[in-house]
Amino acid sequence: MNETLAALLYLVASVCFIMALRGLSSPQTARGGNLYGIAGMVIAILTTLFTGLVVSYWLIVIGIVIGGAIGTYIALKIQMTALPQLVAAFHSLVGLSAVCVATAAFSAPEAYGIGVPGAIHQASLIEMAIGLTIGAVTFTGSVVAFSKLQGLVSGRPLVFPLQHWLNLVLALALVGLIVGFVSTESGALFAALTLLALAFGFLLIVPIGGADMPVVISMLNSYSGWAAAGIGFTLSNTLLIITGALVGSSGAILSYIMCKGMNRSIINVIAGGFGGEAAADPGRGGAAGDRLVKSGSAEDAAFILKNAGSVIIVPGYGMAVAQAQHALREMADFLKKDGVKVSYAIHPVAGRMPGHMNVLLAEANVPYDEVFELEEINRDFASTDVAFVIGANDVTNPAAKNDPSSPIYGMPILDVERAKTVLFVKRSMASGYAGVENELFFRDNTMMLFGDAKKMCEEIVKALE
Amino acid sequence: MADPTPLAQRAGELANDAGALAHRLDALQQQLTLAAHPTVVHGATPFVFELTVFVLAIFVGYYVVWRVTPALHSPLMSVTNAVSSVIIVGALIAAGPFGISFARLMGFVAVLLAAVNIFGGFIVTQRMLEMFQRKK
Repeated sequence: MNETLAALLYLVASVCFIMALRGLSSPQTARGGNLYGIAGMVIAILTTLFTGLVVSYWLIVIGIVIGGAIGTYIALKIQMTALPQLVAAFHSLVGLSAVCVATAAFSAPEAYGIGVPGAIHQASLIEMAIGLTIGAVTFTGSVVAFSKLQGLVSGRPLVFPLQHWLNLVLALALVGLIVGFVSTESGALFAALTLLALAFGFLLIVPIGGADMPVVISMLNSYSGWAAAGIGFTLSNTLLIITGALVGSSGAILSYIMCKGMNRSIINVIAGGFGGEAAADPGRGGAAGDRLVKSGSAEDAAFILKNAGSVIIVPGYGMAVAQAQHALREMADFLKKDGVKVSYAIHPVAGRMPGHMNVLLAEANVPYDEVFELEEINRDFASTDVAFVIGANDVTNPAAKNDPSSPIYGMPILDVERAKTVLFVKRSMASGYAGVENELFFRDNTMMLFGDAKKMCEEIVKALE
Repeated sequence: MADPTPLAQRAGELANDAGALAHRLDALQQQLTLAAHPTVVHGATPFVFELTVFVLAIFVGYYVVWRVTPALHSPLMSVTNAVSSVIIVGALIAAGPFGISFARLMGFVAVLLAAVNIFGGFIVTQRMLEMFQRKK
């Protein structure tokens, strides 16, 4: 296969990847888009295998068969509630393979036509160093994110004195090592750069708390794209450059949307430590003890729901933890049979990754045209009889609108307090991630339903029957 | 976020532009390798072409991704993840030669990791997308 044909086929693959993203503009076209993505990947791999640069196939076949089998098994077995950690784990693999490819290119540059060992082209060295660094940061960063999401380590932010200074020094040291490596092409500096970048990725994500994970995952998504682009520059491969740029900008946009959903800057999120003190202070949740809340049983809730004309369900991370989506949908089915209008309101940062709630509801067979985003539905709360909040807290807290001293002030919230009645399914009075007490719990039109989200839904279903 | 229709148009235009540019890049690369026509060189290094492609692709990504419906942000993330494993292209070249070398071992590891990601990423995306359905 000559180079022109290979380059043209890479172009076709790039267009396929663009179509894959484009398909996601609506659920009807999305599946077709995914097929485009698969087609693009097949074209890219076959093209590379037949360029003449690859002469021995057995190792590659073994790699693809083993890797493919592992990937297929995981993808088919994984529960939808575990999606965020799965995506984090996959990001780490992209980062690690970028590191491997950069190492391979450094030790055998002639295979890629970028020079010979000891005399690699200057530009390729710079690109290699950058690709390597981003790849290594993506790898360890994603491993930390995975461990927090999977519950292997506490989701609490890990902060220690001089943390930001340490990171700053490390960042400067990274730049210094890149410069040193490019000018000397020393293998020792290559290794040092790799190790330092790995440490940096680890330290970067460690101070960020569990509920900021939507931003972290999006950010690492972006990094994995930039790492691929960096490798693309090193190898002068336009397909890798284009794909890396697409993925990089996609992740950056998602991070932006998530930050806006919390009214925080990306710097503030990366700096971390948010929500740490509250989680470390158990007395905080108990502070509610001296104020009166109205709590009710599943039967009370069933009665209220049955007699409502319209219900808006507000799901949060708590629903995911309790795996309550199926029971919730069953409850909604009963209500719909009774002529109640049911819709779902999703806050942009609900859950642990962008769009997390939508996937869980879809998994429970909730039709996607009953599920609405914040801007689409927020006005409807005022004309709604019941807001049914399940596993969400901070995203409904009116303090974000009327208390300038609150840490979540300015965050866009779902206006559940406008509904005639608010039902809160919660395990306890403990405050949410931001460590702020929710004023809503103490209002006259609020009824707390204490218990596990799934059990509560099942009991309500029983009462409705 | 602005009105989606002009964005859609612009995304389309930009995609076309990027396509056209990649075409021209191929043509230019060919001519550069021939090097029989010194007039073509004109000081533009391969890096500049790569940078051009890179920047245009960022714009294409920007406009295409803003059009993605928020309900599908999770599948977006898993599909971009699968797609970024196209880094396997670099791994295949490292794993491709005969003989035993450190580079080849690295290539093999990268092929394996990327393959986990490609299969896992596309399959989990497909699983997710199959769940999104209309009201019956």
